Amino acid sequence: MLKPYLSLSLVNKSFQRGNVVSEVLKGISLDVAKGEYVSLIGHSGCGKSTMLNLIAGLTPVTSGAVTLDDKHVQGPGPDRAVVFQNHSLLPWLTVFENIKLAVDKVWRSENAAARKTRIMDCLNLVHMAHAAEKRPAEISGGMKQRVGIARALAMEPKVLLLDEPFGALDALTRAHLQDQVMQIHQMLNNTVIMITHDVDEAVLLSDRIVMLTNGPAATIGDIHTVKLTRPRKRLELVTDPTYIRAREAVLKFLYERNKFVEAA
Amino acid sequence: MNTAVRKQDLSVVAPLKVELPQATVLTLPERKAARLISFKPVLDRLVTVVLPPLAVLTLFLLIWQVLASRTGSSLPPPTQVFADSRDLILHPFFDNGGTDKGLGFHILASLSRVAIGYAIAAVVGVGLGTLVGQSVYFMRGFDPIFQVLRTVPPLAWLPISLAAFRDGQPSAIFVIFITAVWPVIINTAAGIRNIPQDYRNVARVLQLNPYEYFTKIMVPAAAPYIFTGLRIGVGLSWLAIVAAEMLIGGVGIGFFIWDAWNSSLISDIIVALVYVGLVGFVLDRIIAFAGHVVTRGTAVN
Repeated sequence: MLKPYLSLSLVNKSFQRGNVVSEVLKGISLDVAKGEYVSLIGHSGCGKSTMLNLIAGLTPVTSGAVTLDDKHVQGPGPDRAVVFQNHSLLPWLTVFENIKLAVDKVWRSENAAARKTRIMDCLNLVHMAHAAEKRPAEISGGMKQRVGIARALAMEPKVLLLDEPFGALDALTRAHLQDQVMQIHQMLNNTVIMITHDVDEAVLLSDRIVMLTNGPAATIGDIHTVKLTRPRKRLELVTDPTYIRAREAVLKFLYERNKFVEAA
Repeated sequence: MNTAVRKQDLSVVAPLKVELPQATVLTLPERKAARLISFKPVLDRLVTVVLPPLAVLTLFLLIWQVLASRTGSSLPPPTQVFADSRDLILHPFFDNGGTDKGLGFHILASLSRVAIGYAIAAVVGVGLGTLVGQSVYFMRGFDPIFQVLRTVPPLAWLPISLAAFRDGQPSAIFVIFITAVWPVIINTAAGIRNIPQDYRNVARVLQLNPYEYFTKIMVPAAAPYIFTGLRIGVGLSWLAIVAAEMLIGGVGIGFFIWDAWNSSLISDIIVALVYVGLVGFVLDRIIAFAGHVVTRGTAVN
């Protein structure tokens, strides 16, 4: 394997409320290479979002360390852009202004024209340039999520963190967006960590699927490497033996070895 | 999510229609009533917005006229009010020196006090509200005190402010300030506490500094709440100014009403009340409009 770009070593995370300490993640170690697309999958409540927040620096680790490009992660920053599940665009700004907020902050040193080009490039990348002057309330859920992705890409992050980016979308829009994300990953070769609930989505998009055991004190149960060549075509994969095997492995992990114990 | 699916369904159905045989287009006779049609929305608006209150007002004036026209009535009927206070109604801006001025000048004097007191209340209120909304420690310390102080009636502040300022003008302004500031503080704080965690996370990922966070996230996100507070505040300050001016004297609509009462000019009082009501209504609408413009698009989605 290549030299790890992003690495989590023996990360523990516990939350404390009063005298009650609840362990969420225990002994998580993961190395991710540059340009790799890694999915985190597991039953809800197992700590996937916590793990993403640790990488983002939004929550501090209890023990262990997260390093990115040989630097210790100690807080949130634009080198680890997050696409939130509910897009979290600012509703009082237009699509253009939402991305401008990120671009103006991250690319301060560039002149106004260069920054504008950056914004439009990112909007073009997600095919949203036509809606630049619209406000988030005026566009559909899928479009909002595309703008959210554009905002994250505009920061040119070292790692793109996707927190169930397609969870709130209908199946058709989701498929369309998955294809776009694959295209963008192909073009820019970003390092991506994505949380998902969807086995097909994980297999289709990822180089590796990290499966978390049920909480409390969740840990990495298994890692499945998806040996499918890129670009991947949704329709061709349906009958592809490698695809079917990968799908089976993840499903077995989720429904046989780690049955969902309680509804969370 | 359902609507999105339905949209997709529609787009699947739509192409089928294209294959239907084309219908012949009939030319209809040119419409003559084009001018009338363009007036219709205005007419509709007139009927739905202006007519109902006008009808109620007419009815009210009629009843008043009938009741007050009886012998021994202590209040003048509308016709009497108009006859008595003709000059006041038709010439709002005369100035005979001293406090003998037109109603327009009295209103302006009151408005200038409200403007100063309310402006201070808005700035201080948003500032304190931000502090209390942003910091748990400030909230713990200040909130109980605010909750007690805000229940003190406006006029109860007047003696203490007269004692402190030893002058009517600043005392009246202080009463306006202290009346209007509480709803602004409380609503601003509520608005800031309700900023979604997602917006905070966006700010943290972008590493916005405190100033950028304040101007770019906090104020716009809390704006609908802030304007609710400002709107309540302007209503309360207009309520308070009339009462305060009755006590401090000088030029002002409150003093005018009290002075009219002392001179038994009941008709003048009635005219002044109409003015007070209309100005209060306009103030409320101005703040509501400003809020509408500023918070456009802020609705949570």
